[in-house]
Amino acid sequence: MIKVQNLTKAFGQKLAVDGVSFTVERGEVLGFLGPNGAGKSTTMRMVTGFIPTTSGTVLIGGHDMAAEPLRAKKMIGYLPENAPLYADMTVSGFLGFAAELRGLTGAEKGRAVDRALELCFLEPVRHQSIDTLSKGYRHRTCFAQAIIHDPEVLIMDEPTDGLDPNQKHEVRSLIRTMGQKKAIVFSTHILEEVEAVCSRVIIIDRGRIVANGTPQELKQRSDIASTVVVRARGLASGVLEQKLAKVAGVGKTTVLQEGAGVVAVRVYPSAKAAHGDFAKNLGEALYKEGVQIEELHTDEGRMDEVFRSITMPETGRGNVK
Amino acid sequence: MSAIGTIKTIGKRELTGYFASPVAYVFIVIFLLLAGFFTFMVGRFFDRGEASLASFFLWHPWLYLFLVPAIGMRLWSEERRLGTLELLLTMPVTTWQAIVGKFLASWLFLALALFLTFPVVLTVNYLGRPDSGPILCGYLGSFLMAGAYLSVSCMTSAITRNQVVSFILSVVACLFLILAGWPPVTSMLEQWASPWMVEGVASFSVMTHFEGFQRGVLDSRDVVFYLLVIIFSLFTTGVIIRSHRAG
Repeated sequence: MIKVQNLTKAFGQKLAVDGVSFTVERGEVLGFLGPNGAGKSTTMRMVTGFIPTTSGTVLIGGHDMAAEPLRAKKMIGYLPENAPLYADMTVSGFLGFAAELRGLTGAEKGRAVDRALELCFLEPVRHQSIDTLSKGYRHRTCFAQAIIHDPEVLIMDEPTDGLDPNQKHEVRSLIRTMGQKKAIVFSTHILEEVEAVCSRVIIIDRGRIVANGTPQELKQRSDIASTVVVRARGLASGVLEQKLAKVAGVGKTTVLQEGAGVVAVRVYPSAKAAHGDFAKNLGEALYKEGVQIEELHTDEGRMDEVFRSITMPETGRGNVK
Repeated sequence: MSAIGTIKTIGKRELTGYFASPVAYVFIVIFLLLAGFFTFMVGRFFDRGEASLASFFLWHPWLYLFLVPAIGMRLWSEERRLGTLELLLTMPVTTWQAIVGKFLASWLFLALALFLTFPVVLTVNYLGRPDSGPILCGYLGSFLMAGAYLSVSCMTSAITRNQVVSFILSVVACLFLILAGWPPVTSMLEQWASPWMVEGVASFSVMTHFEGFQRGVLDSRDVVFYLLVIIFSLFTTGVIIRSHRAG
């Protein structure tokens, strides 16, 4: 649905986006991660046709953004950063305007506006002037504008920015639902959001793609991925570590917590590949040793750690294998 | 959606935007008050003892000099400042459709303000028997002149996201359009420049091209002049907006 090839944007001498390529199919939700100024917004602006590319192509449903901008733009719903709105209009007036520009008229337009109002929980403020709305409502009004024509492609620049936790949750579940039928790209700073919503993640840094994969794959790159955390009662950490060292496949161990009779130890497998039954083997071995196990789980790895080590290689090196 | 439909939608939004804020009402009231003041007090409408609107139209180039940029200054600078430009231009809308839509809406608004000066026409018809030709022509010329000023403001407002800067630039540009053909300036030029040069400069002036309308002479060259100013300015607006987006 979205096909981006070798996208490059130069502002003067500076390359804001440098050779970015990716594709998004229907049913995929692509999360765009990156530090501030990494080129996320610039990329989105080129994909939506707001700014021209320096080189590279953007295909939306087979339509080249440079050659057939109107056809390509028709298929896209776009929520720009900071959710800009015409403040002097009412919510329903604004959505009607967006619907008309999308080519909807008459009863069709009315239905589209009603549907968007309902999906974005805007019913209570439909006749209110936009400049009297709170930030959450303004944001959702702009979101409603993006989905007014039920687009096949949805592009959102920080859709949950400035929302309270409940609103964030609503917007996320909305994205997840719509992601089943649309091709969605959105950028965010919130890593948990990526895990909760995305089927695929791209990390972009200084204009280049530095990582591309499913959230699980990325988390696997974390140093603590597939380590096992053991929490036990009634013994000292040194004793537990000794017992653990006897179990097959155990590499390094580190103490996470000790005190009040409880110890927690992180156990690294000696070889990452052999982790299949690692937790089970550990549990059985410790049980035989008579250790009172309170908790035992395999760590999936942490996104923030991966993110930091990828985008700040100077300070983060060594955390990722 | 057809190009005309898109232009209409954009224009409608722009026009309703004026009336949703106090801008429209303040502008119309000030415009009518000033037009009346210049016509009756400064222009000495009653002392002239003639049944014409000469003293009414005489002031229009000066009146528009400050009032039209006040309307035009926000056309694009506000879209850029608020970021709605990004919203608008990522819709299936071409830049020129957006420019034409917004321009026509503002021009229509100015036409409405101009139309509301009709009591002057009633007054002069009540007091005497004016020739309606020059009056109609005067209105047409005034309307075209407002359009020319507006297109210049449209262009300056695309340059900056600061409305004050946009206003000042636009007033200066319009002032040039006036002064190039204003008698005190042309007579000053005559002292050292060759006649063809004076005429060349003066032909760029809205004053020169407004005179015919005031006398009731409908010269196609004057109409073409105003339309060319509009087309040129709007075209330049498009170039400026495109260059901003290119970064």
